[in-house]
Amino acid sequence: MDIIKTEHLTKNFKDLTAVNNISFTVQKGEIFGFLGPNGAGKTTTIKMLTTLLHPTNGTAEIAGHDIINKRDDVRKSIGVVFQEPALDTELTGVENLDFHARMYGISKKRRGERINEVFELVDLTDKKDVLVKNYSGGMKRRLEIARGLMHFPKVLFLDEPTLGLDAQTRQAIWKYIKKMNSEEKTTIFLTTHYMDEADNLCNRVGIIDHGKILVMDSIRNLKQSIGNDVITLSSTDNQKLLTELKKKDWVKKTETYDDYLTLGVQQGDEKIPIIIERAQKLDIKIKSISVRQPTLDDVFISYTGRTMRDEETKNATVPPRFKRGR
Amino acid sequence: MKNLEIQAIYVMWLRQMKRFVRSKSRLVVSIIQPLFFLLILGSGFNQFQLADIGNIDYRSFLAPGIITMAIVFSSMFTGISVLWDKQFGFLQEVLVAPVSRLSIIIGRTLGGASVALVQGFIILLISIFLGIPFPGPLGILLTLLFMIFTAFTAVGFGLIFASKMNDFQSFPIIMNLVMMPLILLSSAFFTVIDTPMLLTIARVNPVFYMVDGLRGSLFGPAYLDSLYVNPPLINLLVVVSLSLITISVGSYSFSKSEA
Repeated sequence: MDIIKTEHLTKNFKDLTAVNNISFTVQKGEIFGFLGPNGAGKTTTIKMLTTLLHPTNGTAEIAGHDIINKRDDVRKSIGVVFQEPALDTELTGVENLDFHARMYGISKKRRGERINEVFELVDLTDKKDVLVKNYSGGMKRRLEIARGLMHFPKVLFLDEPTLGLDAQTRQAIWKYIKKMNSEEKTTIFLTTHYMDEADNLCNRVGIIDHGKILVMDSIRNLKQSIGNDVITLSSTDNQKLLTELKKKDWVKKTETYDDYLTLGVQQGDEKIPIIIERAQKLDIKIKSISVRQPTLDDVFISYTGRTMRDEETKNATVPPRFKRGR
Repeated sequence: MKNLEIQAIYVMWLRQMKRFVRSKSRLVVSIIQPLFFLLILGSGFNQFQLADIGNIDYRSFLAPGIITMAIVFSSMFTGISVLWDKQFGFLQEVLVAPVSRLSIIIGRTLGGASVALVQGFIILLISIFLGIPFPGPLGILLTLLFMIFTAFTAVGFGLIFASKMNDFQSFPIIMNLVMMPLILLSSAFFTVIDTPMLLTIARVNPVFYMVDGLRGSLFGPAYLDSLYVNPPLINLLVVVSLSLITISVGSYSFSKSEA
């Protein structure tokens, strides 16, 4: 069953098209990820799906309710964790959740039980009566996730759930996200610009860039579309070598960026000697060569021709946190 | 369905009350500052026998003005709390909830007005303790009505202000700039009865009707035309109309700017 279904969803801001005619569906029970650099249109999409922004064109349905005509029904079916914290720091953890529970009309009897339940889910029970201003960044995030789950939403939207958190806290957040997906059967729609996050959490991802969805598939299929292995090399004449290698039918995909050449191949370790041999015949010196399993980053490069990191330095909105693993 | 909206109004109100009670410094300052006016300014001017205000001492004359001032300033800060929520993201949590914008604004208005009224009552009690005449039952009823509708008018005004501004740091500065002349010309500090020009200016000043009305309610009909200008019921009519206008314009412009 499709729990999210968008049709030609578009949002223009003055002369900028933030989201450009996107159509996709998300299945019930999935963890679906929207992957793309900063400024790709991820947050704008979430804001439209959560009824905070009016689409310029197109529409979407969430759990069968239209986001334009049935805003209140949509709001009842969703939970949202925004990119920036949206907690009242002058209230305690319990008070924040109680506020939320009342806003969603949860009965007095259910309220107390549910608050304890979600506190337990994110391991914050011992901090529940502490003022939120005394929480750490990771604790605030966990509290927001707990709050998003309070009213048993059918879909939980998470906008960059681990932005700015340290490695250990990120792992913990991932654990909670998986747990609520399996224990509460909540469908999860998350956005991220961390490849490893999408890799770790999502069943399916959509890669979005400049407001358009470039490709959407399961992570496994996306990686296989590149080849089972990726060879990265650098040589004295990449262009010449590339022309030569393109003739080989075992080379599935090629990309060049910076001083590097990447090839998608089967059984990469057996291909290295062949490549070196060919290069020597053409009088090209290989400076470095390596083989590895494909990552989502390779998928991203193959669809956009750039690394995520290029995109980030270009946009320069946040320091490039993402490092390519070689 | 209806129940959900009432819960939302209640919880918006509750949140503001909790924040107010927890912020001890805000509570203390909001009571001490008006006391400076009453005790220092009031006692200082008490030594002059001001002919115009008859046999009432200056401190008693000043009290209604200071109560009004405290309520107006505190209510208008509801506006800054909205900008604050916007700045720190909490507004989004409120906006994705399945409740109407109207309930959210009603809750916020009631919360802001309640906080202001608590402050106003404390100063009223202190003023009575300091010797302003204790009004009869009708006077008390009118006093309460004036305080309540003054608070609502000012909350609405604060909401209009806040919807036109995005910067919560300049909000108090601009607000002070606008409010100071209105308060000074409202007959809070000196009577305007015998100066035609001041009286004319006062008549277009909304704060004048609040101060004049509160003074009339506290001192009773015997002092009409010597301490205050209009009979309290006329002032009340003006203040109630003002509150209806500012609250509706305030909520309208706010629901527009939020969405």
